[in-house]
Amino acid sequence: MPQVIGVPRETAAGEKRVATVPEVVEKLIKLGFEVVVESGAGEASNFSDETYRAAGARIASNAEALWAEAGIVFKVRAPSPDEVTRMPEGRTLVSFIWPAQNPALMQQLAAKRATVLAMDSVPRISRAQKLDALSSMANIAGYRAVIEAAHHFGRFFTGQITAAGKVPPAKVFVIGAGVAGLAAIGAASGLGAIVRANDTRPEVGDQVVSMGGEFVTVNYEEEGAGVGGYAKVMSEAFQKAQREVFAKQAKEVDIIITTALIPGKPAPKLITADMVQSMKPGSVIVDMAAEQGGNCELTEPGQVVVRHGVTIIGYTDLPSRLAKQSSTLYATNLFRLSEELCKGKDGVIDVNMEDEVIRGTTVIKDGAVTWPPPAPKLSAVPPAAKAAAARPVAAPKGHGHGGSGAPMPARTIAIFLVVGALLFWFIGAHAPSAFLAHFTVFVLACFVGYMVIWNVTPALHTPLMSVTNAISSIIAIGALVQVAPPIAAAAERPEAWILGLAVLSIALVAINMFGGFAVTQRMLEMFRK
Amino acid sequence: MSATLVTASYVGATILFILSLGGLSNPETSRRGNLYGIIGMIIAVLATVFGPSVAAKGIPWIMAAMVVGASVGLYAARTVRMTQMPELVALMHSLVGLAAVLVGFANYIDPAAGGSYEGAAKTIHELEIFIGVLIGAVTFSGSVIAFGKLSAKISGKPMLLPARHWLNLIGLLIVIWFGARFVGAPSISAGMLPLVVMTVIALLFGVHMVMAIGGADMPVVVSMLNSYSGWAAAATGFMLSNDLLIVTGALVGSSGAILSYIMCRAMNRHFLAVIAGGFGTEGGTPAAGGGEAAGEVFPILAPETADLLRNAKNVIVVPGYGMAVAQAQHTVYEITKHLRDNGVNVRFGIHPVAGRMPGHMNVLLAEAEVPYDKLKEMDEINPTMSQTDVVLVIGANDVVNPDARSNPSSPIAGMPIIDVDKARTVVVIKRSLSPGFAGIPNPLFAADNSLMYFADGKKAVVDLIDALKAAR
Repeated sequence: MPQVIGVPRETAAGEKRVATVPEVVEKLIKLGFEVVVESGAGEASNFSDETYRAAGARIASNAEALWAEAGIVFKVRAPSPDEVTRMPEGRTLVSFIWPAQNPALMQQLAAKRATVLAMDSVPRISRAQKLDALSSMANIAGYRAVIEAAHHFGRFFTGQITAAGKVPPAKVFVIGAGVAGLAAIGAASGLGAIVRANDTRPEVGDQVVSMGGEFVTVNYEEEGAGVGGYAKVMSEAFQKAQREVFAKQAKEVDIIITTALIPGKPAPKLITADMVQSMKPGSVIVDMAAEQGGNCELTEPGQVVVRHGVTIIGYTDLPSRLAKQSSTLYATNLFRLSEELCKGKDGVIDVNMEDEVIRGTTVIKDGAVTWPPPAPKLSAVPPAAKAAAARPVAAPKGHGHGGSGAPMPARTIAIFLVVGALLFWFIGAHAPSAFLAHFTVFVLACFVGYMVIWNVTPALHTPLMSVTNAISSIIAIGALVQVAPPIAAAAERPEAWILGLAVLSIALVAINMFGGFAVTQRMLEMFRK
Repeated sequence: MSATLVTASYVGATILFILSLGGLSNPETSRRGNLYGIIGMIIAVLATVFGPSVAAKGIPWIMAAMVVGASVGLYAARTVRMTQMPELVALMHSLVGLAAVLVGFANYIDPAAGGSYEGAAKTIHELEIFIGVLIGAVTFSGSVIAFGKLSAKISGKPMLLPARHWLNLIGLLIVIWFGARFVGAPSISAGMLPLVVMTVIALLFGVHMVMAIGGADMPVVVSMLNSYSGWAAAATGFMLSNDLLIVTGALVGSSGAILSYIMCRAMNRHFLAVIAGGFGTEGGTPAAGGGEAAGEVFPILAPETADLLRNAKNVIVVPGYGMAVAQAQHTVYEITKHLRDNGVNVRFGIHPVAGRMPGHMNVLLAEAEVPYDKLKEMDEINPTMSQTDVVLVIGANDVVNPDARSNPSSPIAGMPIIDVDKARTVVVIKRSLSPGFAGIPNPLFAADNSLMYFADGKKAVVDLIDALKAAR
């Protein structure tokens, strides 16, 4: 008997998102589930009842009917006390919960013997990334933050030189280079602004640069990565150095976007009233941490206010302002979770507490609170110290062509010289002069080869090998002179044997000689600009 | 033709050979370089044939042998596919090695060649024969095995006998002992047995040496055998007191040695470690999966890949041996051409040891008419990685394994790699998650920014070009 997934209309004021979209409904049905959507659930994000029905969902006329039927309920926001009251016992709920901030809600849900999976508690491990709704929402929020800032900012983002005068590019400073921060950096630099960013975790510097930003560091040594790749509270001395950096940036930039959050703590106050005052009139601050109290002292959560001529945006519903996009991504996250819960594709979920991902996400199991979960096994970001220790292994050595590469250490050279000298002394003392003449030629030729080859580009290594191979058929000469030396036939000379061996050698070498040059020519013909 | 004229011709040939190698230093002059080589060879052969050391009655024999060899050689050169170049080159090395062995034997049994030497000169001459045959035999059997491995007639996995270093050492001692017997031999027939025994041991040694080398080290082996074939020629030159052979042999020998050295450095492996064989035998237990690179892989298909590529500004294609096996280079070129026509900046990132032979990828892509200035070397391409939107990895594995950079216990630790993991998105076209030739897991596949496109190389790129064209 397949289970029924119900998607009610969001009841929170201003919430435009919906927990599933028609595209995902089809995929859920393929997993074996039945899907019921409350009438009008997708309206605010431009999904009509009709499209849900076309995708295979049934439409419930109101919330009561839906709650009565659905064994599993997908939601975006945590349910209101009212909704929980209406909820029948023993249901499974998947939504954002924020268990740390909402102990009363947890109590109430536990009393209903519910099983609750909190999308905000998905563990931060690689395997769980595809169901990490916080990241997908943060990504949208970061983008939207830039759009909101642009909306309130009185100038272009990109610099332009027009007939009517020169426009300097806007300068954007992003605090916190998490998912939201990086999305904001990308969006702002995409609009043409000069973007700088700061984060307490130095290892994100590369990511900032890759998104088109410039990484501003605080000159103070302290490791900023906490458990699970999130930031942690920094020391007082660090905070002081950080404030100096921010104060300097505040004077220079036009837009500040703050995203600094520490899990389970109020947002750190990073932008003081003085800093706001020092900003140019018309500047904009987007405080993405407004819901947790804000990174700016003057932020009013949910509001746009103007203080000292600076617009401070404290919206707490940035993802909801891009409802269609965020609904689609959130629905996909939920679908991925459903895949994890329903490995058999039979439309029946199994909340397997042995699975690290499901264990972390589940905050209430059959009425028993299972939050907080045990600490995750590994951090998403490897400690920077370990990475640094590994670095020296990759001693980068230049590729030698063009020059003779790095010079050898002096000791190696000395050993070579001594061995070489002994060898030469031995040969000089014992060998006959005829041999020495050949030996001289040999050694000089080795050096000529050495010098010539260093200049060959790697692209031509294969033709080089095939041409040297062809040239090594010069050994044919050795065979040629044996075929018929101009000497009187001696009695004991095994004429036939020598002739046979020599002719065979010539034939073998000729294959090499002609084949080698021909194939080299063929290859080189292909190299063209 | 007088003896002095022959010597003068030999000097000319030598100069032409040096110019030939020098000409290969860049693609502009490379064709001229090959031409110099051909002219040099013609001069050398003609001067010898019409010189004083070949009597007129030998010329028909020489003609016949040459015609047979030439037709086989030219046929092979014309029909070989570019993906088979490594095999062909290895096979040709074996011919030089075999010729060196035959010439050595012929020289030894010819009393007219060795009779005039006395005392130290005689010892040296015999040593020269001995060493010439030794190197020739090792080159021959080693190249045959390399050919077998490259053409997949023999498994590419290193075959490691127990106590293999001791086996080699014992072989060497036997060779030295028989060498002493050989030099001291009173007559030709008495010296024959040590010479034959040594040849057999040398052949076995060649087999053993190459069998123990893993597939990923093949570029080193091929260039090393190239070097050996040169030394064999030089040894023959000493034997025959022929300076042209000595010079040319030394040129080829040293060039091969340097090439091997460059290859080794590109893999950050010690030359001796490669020769001693067994890739991945030291450092941990790589074959045991090494934890199968924690994390999830994200599969992707042709339409999504096409979307990614079309919306990118900078794309780098990193080809590997898999592209050669799948014969996908032409289609890859079509993809890059299509993208370039649509304003995407496409370049190729070539790792020095990608493929089974030094410069293998360059030859394949040149065959597919990719302009050579679009092919970038590792050192050139790596600094631009972070500005690259999409990297398309086709059939490459170990050369893009970030473990080489970050995991000191990995068997390929310290090997320079193409840093594809630093690009914004990486699409890896691969048949399955199986590890590469080196037999080690690749954490790249599970990295956050990488997507796996599971398919046979050829089919993948054909689907991809269709998807690209369809989407317009």
